[in-house]
Amino acid sequence: MRFVQEFRDAELGRALAADIAALVEPGRSYKLMEICGGHTHAIYRYGIDGMLPEQVELVHGPGCPVCVLPMGRVDDGIAIAHEPGVIFACFGDMLRVPGSRGTLLEAKAEGADVRMVYSPLDALEIARANPDREVVFFAIGFETTAPSTALTLRRAKAEGIANFSCVCNHVTIVPPLQALLDSPSLEVDGFIGPGHVSSVVGVRPFDFVPAEHGKPMVVSGFEPLDVLQSIRMLLAQFADGRRELENQYARVVAWDGNPRALAVMAEVFEPRASFEWRGLGTIPRSALKLSDAYAELDAERRFTTPGVRVGDPPACQCGEVLTGAIRPWECKVFGTACTPERAIGTCMVSPEGACAAYYTYGRYARERGVTV
Amino acid sequence: MSAAANGATREERVLDIVQRTRSRPARFRDAQITMSHGAGGKASQSLIEGLLLPALCNDALAALGDAGTVALDGAALAISTDSFVVTPIRFPGGSIGELAVNGTVNDVAVSGARPLAITLSLVLEEGLSSSELREEIDAVARAAQAAGVQVIAGDTKVVERGHADAMYACTTGLGVIDPRARLSPAGLRPGDHILLSGSVGEHGMAVMLARNEFSLEADIRSDTRSLWPAADALLAAAGRDLHCMRDPTRGGVASALNELARASGMSALIREADVPVDAAVAGAAELLGIDPLYVANEGKLLAFVAPGRAGAALAALRAVPGCEQAADIGEVAQEPPGMVLVDTAFGGRRVLDLLAGDPLPRIC
Repeated sequence: MRFVQEFRDAELGRALAADIAALVEPGRSYKLMEICGGHTHAIYRYGIDGMLPEQVELVHGPGCPVCVLPMGRVDDGIAIAHEPGVIFACFGDMLRVPGSRGTLLEAKAEGADVRMVYSPLDALEIARANPDREVVFFAIGFETTAPSTALTLRRAKAEGIANFSCVCNHVTIVPPLQALLDSPSLEVDGFIGPGHVSSVVGVRPFDFVPAEHGKPMVVSGFEPLDVLQSIRMLLAQFADGRRELENQYARVVAWDGNPRALAVMAEVFEPRASFEWRGLGTIPRSALKLSDAYAELDAERRFTTPGVRVGDPPACQCGEVLTGAIRPWECKVFGTACTPERAIGTCMVSPEGACAAYYTYGRYARERGVTV
Repeated sequence: MSAAANGATREERVLDIVQRTRSRPARFRDAQITMSHGAGGKASQSLIEGLLLPALCNDALAALGDAGTVALDGAALAISTDSFVVTPIRFPGGSIGELAVNGTVNDVAVSGARPLAITLSLVLEEGLSSSELREEIDAVARAAQAAGVQVIAGDTKVVERGHADAMYACTTGLGVIDPRARLSPAGLRPGDHILLSGSVGEHGMAVMLARNEFSLEADIRSDTRSLWPAADALLAAAGRDLHCMRDPTRGGVASALNELARASGMSALIREADVPVDAAVAGAAELLGIDPLYVANEGKLLAFVAPGRAGAALAALRAVPGCEQAADIGEVAQEPPGMVLVDTAFGGRRVLDLLAGDPLPRIC
């Protein structure tokens, strides 16, 4: 496959891994956080962590949109899905996320009309095809997916599609990152920056990471060579004594982002005063809601939902996993009470969740000498 | 050896506990059936191991082969049954009628039995057009002739519109176990080579794209075909050194390998770079974020062959029409028991686990 295989070249990968090993200073260890769940997935999917020297440890950050969604929001979604006449559309990742009383997949089995879509535009298409039904799109994601939701809402409004609405759970990347960096317990030396989010917001919003916190960050692509090259760039910064913001993913990410995507987001969304993040607590101005101009398409105004804040199950340590405080296998219920098929915590649900990625792919990554 | 026994790190001890938890028979604790239970992944496993097996347990069923075996006056018979609920009923490269024959014939064939006859049960939805039904019955006839089996019994039921999706078909196949065959999951031995009869993922991807949910066009055709010629060639080339065969249908090669690793207590290690994948399938899978190793096949088999005969078996397989791309994709090992590992084309190693959910429902 052209333009894909080139970024998965095993020989180049080995060369980069050797470069990384050569940059490691004796007696020093490096804790690097990948903010984005897409990177977590790639690291385990390709066995990248097993190619790194022991002194380089990767910890997983809060950038998996499914993982940070609190239970109360899932319950609200399920309540809407059960409303008579509603077709509830969402991304496939959402179907197995546990609320306090089950998942959307179970709601579907109980008779709710829940449909998996690959794009918000597909949900709008369902609304066009079913004018006598209320179609609700459950929007999730960082700035990566927010522009496509915004464009869909703009089209729905322009075409006057009255039976379409949206539950907006879109979140923004800078506030949780800021909260994480402000936490005194954070032990991270540098960051692998979120490539997809940056393709929308640009690199500039992350200036504060080196400027205010003295930590280097390299915005990275998602192919295995991208991730290895970003790690090499971070280690080169440490070797040179630099603390800078760099862009490894320049083939996609512009320093100032995508102005058209930012413009449509500014038109359709406005910041929420605050939003609850699973495991991270409530963070001011960290999420988006529909602007007043789009109020009529806001499912939260169209439907009555429980809107109850539901605490995480006591055994769940997703919050500590999401902030890099513990590694997935250090959670008390990892792999025993909490597994991908019967998850307690959200980190075990999405393929981008650190626990699911480690459970599914990572368990034998470092065991190189399996005898055959 | 248990990691806890030899001064392991805390991580290794946790992994040890996880592995033991995993290797216990799955419990069925769900309040209701969801689509996951039909996906061939972990939910299906819990349904089979936690509900069906305990209630119906006997030696033939407990072997969890593709077909059960019955000994009768010196003759050994293999019997297998399967329901087909694919949507849409016609897709590039095949249709539900052809699938209903080949799917069951193949379960018999990979059990080392020459397929003799099948039965056909139809559940038809009120309103199904007669021309569509006629086409499917013609497809059954053609596929049965190609596979060398006769349809020797059947049944039809009709349900109200909305109570079935056009039509469902259920077939049961009967075969006589070949005297050369000594096949079972328990026959897997460390060092066995794992052969795959051709490229993966074509059936699942063809059906998925035929639903037009993705506005994605690609020339991908279902690989549905009878596998008896391939099984016959392997039995001739490897005889008793052929330890097991399986057709990786729902859940793909990854799920079939996991089932066998679990049933045998062995481990399978495969080389991702050696697994043949058609370029169009690879491209579509990449766009949809699906690993072709989890996508259904309807005309491929996995064979486990002792190392001394693996080369000859592979050559024999490649000589069978439709199996020209057959490949040696990996080996059986003792550790870690019940697990499937893959060396990625990129150079890392990872677990290839059963899926918890279902990326592609109602594929067969």
